[in-house]
Amino acid sequence: MNNEAINIINDNEVELLTDHIFKRYGYDFSDYSQASFKRRINRVMQNFKIPSFAELDHKVIENEQFFNVFIEEVTVNVTEMFRDPAFYKVLRKEVIPQLSTYPLIRIWHAGCSTGEEVYSMAILLKEAGLLERTLLYATDINQQVLEKAASMSFPLDNMKEYTENYINCGGLFDFSDYYVAQYGKAVFLEEFRNRMVFSPHNLVLDQSFNEFNLILCRNVLIYFNRDLQNKVIKLFSDSLPVLGYLALGNKESISFSSVADNFETINKQERIWRKKK
Amino acid sequence: MEEKEVIIIGGSAGSIDVMMQILPNLPEEFPVPIILVLHRRPSIGNLSEIIFQNRCKIPVLEVEDKMPIMKNTVYLAPGGYHLLVEKNHSFSLDFSEKVNHSRPSIDVTFESVVDIYNDKVIGILLTGANTDGARGLKLIKDSGGYTIIQSPETSMMPMMPEAAESIMKPDQILNPLEISDFLINITKKKCDCCA
Repeated sequence: MNNEAINIINDNEVELLTDHIFKRYGYDFSDYSQASFKRRINRVMQNFKIPSFAELDHKVIENEQFFNVFIEEVTVNVTEMFRDPAFYKVLRKEVIPQLSTYPLIRIWHAGCSTGEEVYSMAILLKEAGLLERTLLYATDINQQVLEKAASMSFPLDNMKEYTENYINCGGLFDFSDYYVAQYGKAVFLEEFRNRMVFSPHNLVLDQSFNEFNLILCRNVLIYFNRDLQNKVIKLFSDSLPVLGYLALGNKESISFSSVADNFETINKQERIWRKKK
Repeated sequence: MEEKEVIIIGGSAGSIDVMMQILPNLPEEFPVPIILVLHRRPSIGNLSEIIFQNRCKIPVLEVEDKMPIMKNTVYLAPGGYHLLVEKNHSFSLDFSEKVNHSRPSIDVTFESVVDIYNDKVIGILLTGANTDGARGLKLIKDSGGYTIIQSPETSMMPMMPEAAESIMKPDQILNPLEISDFLINITKKKCDCCA
């Protein structure tokens, strides 16, 4: 049985902390999904044995090193390679053939976390013969996870599951050809990393920084409220040319957003849209 | 006792069969939302929605992110996500670490529902081969909500209801048919909890 603490921190304290963090560091969590954000804060307090709101508030504001840990802990960084194989199947069959018509392909993984989906995409592109003319921009609010993503290495223990996902999404090659096992790590090939650009980007505050043929942002919007979701979807729309693709997580949608009319649905089940105007 | 505002049902191995016995009996109009958190393989997709919807008068929806929580509706937690509720009575999904080796975790949703609905909760825990949900059911009870477990002898896997029973005293221990009658009685406002 888990020992997950019941709420130590109340709603007013969450608001207060959010305000203090914004004033001290400029990170704005006020439009995050409150249920999830509060749960994550409680989890941090439990994991770091912080008994009271006062102590958490003090630590977060006074200790920048702890704040960086706090950010890594409250933002969810659970991801896997070829998660939802059915999604990658559609990418492989319907989206990538369209991308192949461009001389240079730009892809943005927004909220890339530790990079598993970026490497998955790079593998699909390599198999389609397109990796050499693709640039994969991968961004996250969190510098720590970007460093992990850029390191090319992932826990070797996860490779069995990722291999199954790879096969389930129609992978035809030997997945283990794409990495070298070293001291409990699976180190992926340099040729993937060479096509990737990792950079911090805050979806809440930062602007569009380029135009992309495909934007992937899967299971990031679920942590935002409707207002912020709308703002981010608008940012994506502004970062896509006509015929650019947008892919979200399995339970996320653009239908409520102010720019929904700019898009046509490419695959309803796998949540892929294409900009039409 | 004051009227309840939400019913939350958790279950694991064997629980889809139990819900198949219960949900088709419910009328189209049901006065409170019913939230189902049943462990299942994510690869099943929204098949459960299809299975239930074809047999039920009451609408059964698989939850989408930020979907509002309404009466006259059964909500199914989607596979692979934790299911949370917001202050404005809508759902949020969360793809964070598994809890009790489960995602969705019943405890996570029970705790989130109590945080928003306080004592206005009816919690029901069904058959299952692990202990997820026990802590959450205790929290519902401790917060003034009403609690029911499926009787272990009618459970395909009694571990889940027994785990709850070992740490708290549920208000009722019922078999699937009795759970069905309990829910139907809510529509007639004759149940023990909102008398």
